[in-house]
Amino acid sequence: MRSNAADFEVIAPQNLKDALAILDAERGVYTPLAGGTELMVAFGAGRLAARRLMSLHLLKELRFLDVTAERVTIGAGVTFTDLRRHPVISADFNLLSHAASWTGSIANQNRATLGGNIVNASPAADSPPALLVYDADVTMASADGMRTIPNSEFHVGYKKTALRPQELLLSIHLKRNYGSYVSYIRKVGTRNAQAISKVAMAGLARLNGQVIEDIRLAGASLRDVPARLPETERALLERSVAHESLADTIARSRASLASGPLAPAPISDIRSTAGYRAAVAANLIDEFLRLLARS
Amino acid sequence: MITIKFEVNGCDRSVITPPLKRLLDVLREDLGLHGAKEGCGEGECGSCAVLLNGELVNSCLLPVLQVDGAALVTIEGLADAQELHPIQQCFLEQGGAQCGICTPGMILATHHLLARNPHPSLEEIREGLAGNLCRCTGYTRIFHAVEAASRRIAESA
Amino acid sequence: MADSMPIEHEPRIVGASPLRKEGRAKVLGEARYIDDIALPDMWFGATVRSSVARGRIVSIDYSPHIPWHEYAIVTAADIPGENTIVHLSKDHPCLAQGQVNHPDEPILLLAHPEKAALHRAVAAIEITYEELPAVFTIEESEAALASGDPARIIWGHGDHANTFKTYVMTAGDPEQSAEIFATADFVIEGEYRTGAQEQLYIENNGVIGEYSPVDGVTVRGSMQCPYYLVHALELVFNLPAEKCRVIQTETGGAFGGKEDFPSVIGSHAALLAMKSGHPVKMCYDRAEDMAGTTKRHPSRTRHRTAVSRGGKLLAGEIEFALDGGAYATLSPVVLSRGTIHASGPYQWPHLTVRAKAMATNLPPHGAFRGFGAPQSLFAIERHMDKIARIVGLSPEEVRRRNFLATGDHTATGQHLVDRVDMQHLLTRALAESNYHEKRERFNRENQDARIKRGIGFAAFMHGAGFTGSGEHRLNSLVEMEITPEGRPRILVSSTEFGQGTNTILCQVAAETLGIAYEEVLIAQPDTRDVPNSGPTVASRTAMIVGKLVERASMQLRATLTASGHFTGGSRNFREAAQRYLSEHGSLKTSARYESPGDVAWDDNTYRGAAYPTYAWAVYVAEVAVDLDTYSVSVTEFHALQEVGKVLHPILAAGQIEGGVVQGIGYALYEKCVWQKGHMANNQMTNYIIPTSADVPPIHVSFEETPCIHGAYGAKGIGELPMDGPAPAILNAIEHATGIAFTEIPLLPEDIYERMTRSAGSGSEDLEPAIAGPYFSEKVY
Repeated sequence: MRSNAADFEVIAPQNLKDALAILDAERGVYTPLAGGTELMVAFGAGRLAARRLMSLHLLKELRFLDVTAERVTIGAGVTFTDLRRHPVISADFNLLSHAASWTGSIANQNRATLGGNIVNASPAADSPPALLVYDADVTMASADGMRTIPNSEFHVGYKKTALRPQELLLSIHLKRNYGSYVSYIRKVGTRNAQAISKVAMAGLARLNGQVIEDIRLAGASLRDVPARLPETERALLERSVAHESLADTIARSRASLASGPLAPAPISDIRSTAGYRAAVAANLIDEFLRLLARS
Repeated sequence: MITIKFEVNGCDRSVITPPLKRLLDVLREDLGLHGAKEGCGEGECGSCAVLLNGELVNSCLLPVLQVDGAALVTIEGLADAQELHPIQQCFLEQGGAQCGICTPGMILATHHLLARNPHPSLEEIREGLAGNLCRCTGYTRIFHAVEAASRRIAESA
Repeated sequence: MADSMPIEHEPRIVGASPLRKEGRAKVLGEARYIDDIALPDMWFGATVRSSVARGRIVSIDYSPHIPWHEYAIVTAADIPGENTIVHLSKDHPCLAQGQVNHPDEPILLLAHPEKAALHRAVAAIEITYEELPAVFTIEESEAALASGDPARIIWGHGDHANTFKTYVMTAGDPEQSAEIFATADFVIEGEYRTGAQEQLYIENNGVIGEYSPVDGVTVRGSMQCPYYLVHALELVFNLPAEKCRVIQTETGGAFGGKEDFPSVIGSHAALLAMKSGHPVKMCYDRAEDMAGTTKRHPSRTRHRTAVSRGGKLLAGEIEFALDGGAYATLSPVVLSRGTIHASGPYQWPHLTVRAKAMATNLPPHGAFRGFGAPQSLFAIERHMDKIARIVGLSPEEVRRRNFLATGDHTATGQHLVDRVDMQHLLTRALAESNYHEKRERFNRENQDARIKRGIGFAAFMHGAGFTGSGEHRLNSLVEMEITPEGRPRILVSSTEFGQGTNTILCQVAAETLGIAYEEVLIAQPDTRDVPNSGPTVASRTAMIVGKLVERASMQLRATLTASGHFTGGSRNFREAAQRYLSEHGSLKTSARYESPGDVAWDDNTYRGAAYPTYAWAVYVAEVAVDLDTYSVSVTEFHALQEVGKVLHPILAAGQIEGGVVQGIGYALYEKCVWQKGHMANNQMTNYIIPTSADVPPIHVSFEETPCIHGAYGAKGIGELPMDGPAPAILNAIEHATGIAFTEIPLLPEDIYERMTRSAGSGSEDLEPAIAGPYFSEKVY
């Protein structure tokens, strides 16, 4: 334990309105604290630079899950366990259920929030690839009101988000459009459970016969932000996964990964190497394409 | 400093503490409950695990102010006077504890698993305990202990 | 007479699985580990450590914004006795003085009444260095030596420059051997490497030190060998042993990591207690423990083997090198065990093993379960599969043609008097694991599979007890006394840290006395009260100490029987014992180690009976290699071993299972990522051990050929399971992929690099400086 708890101030507003008023009045002063599974690690290691925190745990307005016929709205304070237990998430957004099931351990899933995972903005985070292929939107709230942007515009750089200092992430929206899609997600970590991702790939595709009508691919640890692979998606659109065409389709997919400004550019770090990540990412996409061929 | 009130093992407790103090430290330093251990301080090993409103959590990652008004169960709250909980008894009989340092967290994780899934498959046991690291046993005897506990709890129900 | 079996009946407790003696407290969460203990007026201690690998200390500055008068500060100048942590040599400073030789080396100690005041004080001490050239691998140490540049000699001088120890072990005739190499049908070479491994006991190192000018030093804490710490304190404080009291507290895992290291942390806490006038607790957190304490020695083994067309080993040359880190600690002994096990369970008409332990500027490496044998056995068992492949025999057949058998002599010339039947163990292990059927089925199914499967085995042995005359030198003593209520209490310095010491020693006593297991007590190891029964290491406790407990119990029984009061049974024992106490005041028996006549060892020629006995084993591993992720899973594991006598089936199986999983970690997961000698992945997030989701079904079987040296025939088994998994797994991976990997840990990145020939993508190319926002940049 390398921090002195007495050195830290923590406020805990009782409702969202109060929280936003404080963030507005004192911009950049308070660092939001949700489940704590990220910030408390830093605290224990003596590396939590922020000395003034705002705990969000009392804000019931952040922990909800709304379902309509067309969409699901998930409050930023919803935990990974909440997601795993929700029948509509399991049925309609199973990539998000899967991602939740391998985020940390059960004990961490009981505290970690979807909002925290997104706002923390690690390129290795478990939930963003699923949210990206589902074309999620995110709503941010401030004392002035709310604004909603595509999730794909939320991560603007390494560990940087579109959140303004006076804003909190309020909710994530998913459209219930994917009943006819084939889905794929796989995380490659350092072991089978409780592992930080070395690379992960989420895929969602709609076939017309054996032709790819729509395809979304998103990876973790492939760039400095969680990101879709637009060049590969373009290369795969209208391609066939019929037996005689599959090899060609896979080859085009691989070619697209190798170049272009938005191609994967993974790094070597303490957990894995750039070469390994790039190769495995390509393999995971191939695995998805073979899955499409079989469905 | 703030005053936090919560229930621990059925008893009302109150502490005056910095709000960010880790629940693990509050349990060990303020309340004299040493069953929860610090194995890593990063939420990886599960030795600090306790039950918060029935949910398994790593107390090294919980700021105490978020526990206000909650009901906690620690390893000290599992046995009934001096009679061991069936999970404890099975860990003892099956060799599920060797050095014992991971044991409180492991037993609470087992309790959490069996409360939700009274008859887990081996796969489900593995998944349920994957957040609790053990270096001594290789987990095999722990699996036996959980299976035995599942049967024993069912028998006594 | 003393060695004959005392029982007149079938064992009732030995061979059964009574409840662990201290188990109830453990499942209740009531067991008191050192960090659960507080003493009145206790302060807390912290260590200021080096941030460079090698350098002269130029300046030490204490930032003015800390109220230093509140702290006790200890430097090397405060050490009353010798500034040394003694094991086999005196090269290891207790606190660095003038120069540091590895990152994270202790330089200063601080104590304060509030734990929270320490980390900011540590951060407020600025130390500058004049850096000196450093080496970080065996090769770099060799190159420094070869360069002739004195600035690059980091340890010792002359023949010992950069070299802690060397051995040459020879069997047969070196001259004949040269001729054999020249004419053999095959000469097969191979190089095999193993990495460092962190013990990762879930309880970090911790102690509480106390000092009194009158009574001396007292240290209590997490440890394996209380008397090792006594010896260390004697030198640091210049006090006699009677004034150095050490108490082992409940220990949360050790595996060798608390064999030699407590001498360091124990001395530190005691020094702070002396300086502050208060008891001082020092409990490391995970990051400090991983970065600053001992690891398993990395190794490099080179084999050169002359083999006949028929697959018989004709002659061998083995070069075995260890990386010992910056100070010698136990490297000579680790090297010794690795050397003796380098030959595997095989007959060698001629064999020369040249072994050396090199110095590097890493934190000193130390004891870890297996202690040199996992390293050299990995090499020979990989090499035997290579020999099989080149000669055109199956892995099984090449073993069978070379196995040692009853009556043979080992490579050190030890005559195997006890029954050894590796042929049978191999047959049984392969049958129980369905090896042949799977070998063939996987060959077929792998052709079109994206997940390749393989099955492989390792055959090995592990010597129990100290090498050669070690047990004689340890001269272990065990005592037993009667408590006022008439119960027997065992007094040993042997420690419990999960492996079952308390339980098996009480079983042995109960069996011998003919009373209930529940009646027997065992004292907490407090050197004020217990004799030195030797360290709890080297798989010696069941065998050597158990035998002494058996003898001391026999004497107790004989004494009470002779008194006329004892006729048998627990209640009668208590009555008889109490009667005896009322008549004589006290009753204590003792037993001291006696060398069996046939264990003769020559330290100079490295010939003779290296160990009192060996356990023998065959392990079979089944793996699945995923070609999309290049990851290996161990899908099934069979562990068969001959162990003399299984004293407690559940404990014994638990030892094997736990050791197998550590072996799986050693092979596939546990990589130490070094950054200029500092362990950059010093957190559980980034140092990967298996979770419950990563372990295969592990099938454990035992055979028993009783050994006269051990209690009720028991041999030691604690370290045996560490030796087999890694080579068995890599042999299986070779079956699955056709690729002969020769280095562990074998990470998916390494498999990818080799399979696709993509240089620069393997685990040696991890970037330690990039770990995320919280870890790795700072040394402490």
